[in-house]
This record gives sequence, C-alpha cells and structure tokens, in this order.
Amino acid sequence: MDFLYNSITLITWQQVLMWAIGATLIYLAISKKLEPPLLLPMGFGAILVNLPLSGALDQNLPGIGEVSGIIDWLFDVGIEASEAMPILLFIGIGAMIDFGPLLSNPRLLLFGAAAQFGIFITVTVAVLLGFDLKDAASIGIIGAADGPTSILVSQVLKSKYIGPIAIAAYSYMALVPIIQPFAIRLVTTQKERRIRMKYNPKSVSRTTRILFPIAVTVIAGLVAPASIALVGFLMFGNLVRECGVLGSLSDTAQKDLVNLITLLLGITIAASMRADLFVSVQTLMIMGLGLVAFIFDTIAGVTFAKFLNLFLKTKMNPMVGAAGISAFPMSARVVQRMGLEADPHNHLLMHAVGANVAGQIASVIAGGVIIGLMAGLI
Amino acid sequence: MMNTDLLSSFKLMGMGMAAIFTVILIIYVAVWLMLKITANREEEKNAPGQ
Repeated sequence: MDFLYNSITLITWQQVLMWAIGATLIYLAISKKLEPPLLLPMGFGAILVNLPLSGALDQNLPGIGEVSGIIDWLFDVGIEASEAMPILLFIGIGAMIDFGPLLSNPRLLLFGAAAQFGIFITVTVAVLLGFDLKDAASIGIIGAADGPTSILVSQVLKSKYIGPIAIAAYSYMALVPIIQPFAIRLVTTQKERRIRMKYNPKSVSRTTRILFPIAVTVIAGLVAPASIALVGFLMFGNLVRECGVLGSLSDTAQKDLVNLITLLLGITIAASMRADLFVSVQTLMIMGLGLVAFIFDTIAGVTFAKFLNLFLKTKMNPMVGAAGISAFPMSARVVQRMGLEADPHNHLLMHAVGANVAGQIASVIAGGVIIGLMAGLI
Repeated sequence: MMNTDLLSSFKLMGMGMAAIFTVILIIYVAVWLMLKITANREEEKNAPGQ
C-alpha cells in the first residue's frame, strides 16, 4: 500500500509555496478580477505541476520508462518549438484593434516608440543585478506591457525565467491603474495635467484602413525583419477586421481564437512554474524589475510629450505620452481619469486611445528588434 | 563578463530605441501619405459637377 502515500512523502516546502502562489493567482483572478483569463489558468497550472510526480509533466517511471505529460507536451509544441501560441494570439488581438483614432492623428505613433524606453533601462538594471544579457533582455521585455510578446521573446532567447516573466508581465498590466498614476504624478505638474486637447477626428477612408496593416507589415519587415512574425500576425488580424468581407472570420479571431489560445496559454506557461525553477531570489528580482520597466515606460512617454511641446504651438497634455504602452485600454483610461481629476472638462480619452494602440504596434516592433539585435550581441 | 554585458546593454538601448523610432517614423510618413492621397481622391469625388 506504499503507493498511496508515496507522493505525499515527496512534498517539498517549495512545492507548498507554489501551491500558495497558485492559490493567490486564482484569488486575484476571481476576487480582484486581475487578468482572469491568464492568471486563473496559470494559478491552477502552478498547483497542477507542483504536485509530486505530477502526471501532467514528463515522468520517468521505474519499470515503464519515459511517460509524456500533457503540459510539457503543450509547452514543447505550442511555445518552445514554434512560439505558435503567442503568435497566433496576435491574429485575434489584431482583429480586436481599431486603429481609427491613431490614423486620424498619426503623430501619436511617436508616443508608442518613446514609451518602450522602460524595456532598455530594465535590461541595464537587470545586468547590474547580475543577470546575463539574454535573461536581462527577456526581463526587460516585460516593459513592452504585452504578455504574448514577453512570452515569445523570453522563449526565443531561451531564458530560464519565462514563468516569472509571464506572471510579471500580466500582473503589472492589470496593475496599470495603480502604477501609472504614481509615475505620471512624479513627472507632471497639476498645470500640465490640466492642458486640454481638442479632438478633431479626420475621416479615415476604408482604403487607408485596409492599406495600413499591409504597409506596416512591409515597413517592419524591411527595417526590422526579426519583428515580422509578431507584426505580421497582428496586422493580418487587423486586415481581416478591416477588409469588410471576412466578418465571420474576424468574429472568430476576436472571440473563439483568442479564447481558445488564452485558455491553453495560461496553463501551458505553468510548465515553467515548477518549484525547482520558480522558487528563487531571481523571481523576486524579476517582479521588482517588471515594476521598474512599467514606471520608466510611463516616465519616458510623458517626458517625450513634454519634449515635443517645446516645439509645438498648440501644446499637448503630456499625460497622453504615458498611454504609449501596450496595456490597452487600461492605460488610456488612466489618462482620461487623471485628465478629468485635474479639470472636470478635460477629455483626453480619444488621444490616449490613439497613443495606446500606437503602443501595441511599437511593443511588437520592440520585441522583434530585441530578438534581432540580441543575435548580434551574444 | 558583467562589464561586457553592461556595455552590450547600453548598445542594445541605443540601437533598439533608434530602430523602433526609425520603423515608427517610416510608418508615420506612410500613414501621412495615405491620408493625403485618399483625402485628395475623396475631394475629387465630391467636387461639384462630378
């Protein structure tokens, strides 16, 4: 009867800690509604893979030999072999994005670029803390504020910290309403937050909406070829949305495809949440570095807007620069709320939405650029 | 090793931000051109007597 309590005797304190972390993620997903589609499967997966001799993972059983586990298989096929899961998710994300507010004011694209600065500051800080360059770059990409990009880059760079990186990316995206107001207040005055911006939407033709994803794909492909898988699939999804003849495919991409991949992605990431890999000082450092990345993204976006104001006749509200991160629509809502707090008639939402979708384009470009540049640096 | 990585991280920062801004600026110009061209076409369509 030994087999009944065999696994119980193998429990380690690290595994118990992982159960607690899993339970916390499930609690945050259900009670606090923090990114439930990702944190709940990740939380459950963290418990699943940290049961001693878990059959969800590959095992070497005495007398039988190697036995495959479903979570290891999903990780090998869906993430490690081809990065298929995060890339396919981009089709759905692209189909969800309305680039209209950005196309009617393309200047907002620049904020998307500026707000990626947190990625690179975080890489440097991570190196100073002792991480090697590959892991540091993977950690820095948390600053893209884009879960699938973080997973993809850390996987391509073969980082051993893919689990903590995914958790940090998704957790901080959910915490944008807390992190960004703090960072924005650090670098703006009340007077600056009161600056009003007129919204004069230019009409954007259907031709422009259709040409935009094709043009972005070609430009990104020619200038930063390593970004093409990410940018291309994002823009493919957007083309399906905007072409006007693939309504049901667009609906499927936005709902069924995104739901299916999200469901599997969360639990698959749990493969990298095994206690022996996860319970370490480095995990705590990664959580801290993720916060650094989000704060510096915000500061860079705001500072860049202030810099542009030096040359503009009609000043922009610098808070709009903070919305240049990929966390959509949380970041745009933060800017709208803070604008209204400063002046009850200061509506910044549409400008912030434009900057926010620019952040979505810039974050995938940043992911591709890092992959491309790292190949020459390591 | 750490010094080498630190130098590489600065290099990554400089080249990375330059590459992102380059791509974004080219996209900006492309969008600006698309908006100009399609706006001109719509004006021609809406011109009286057409």
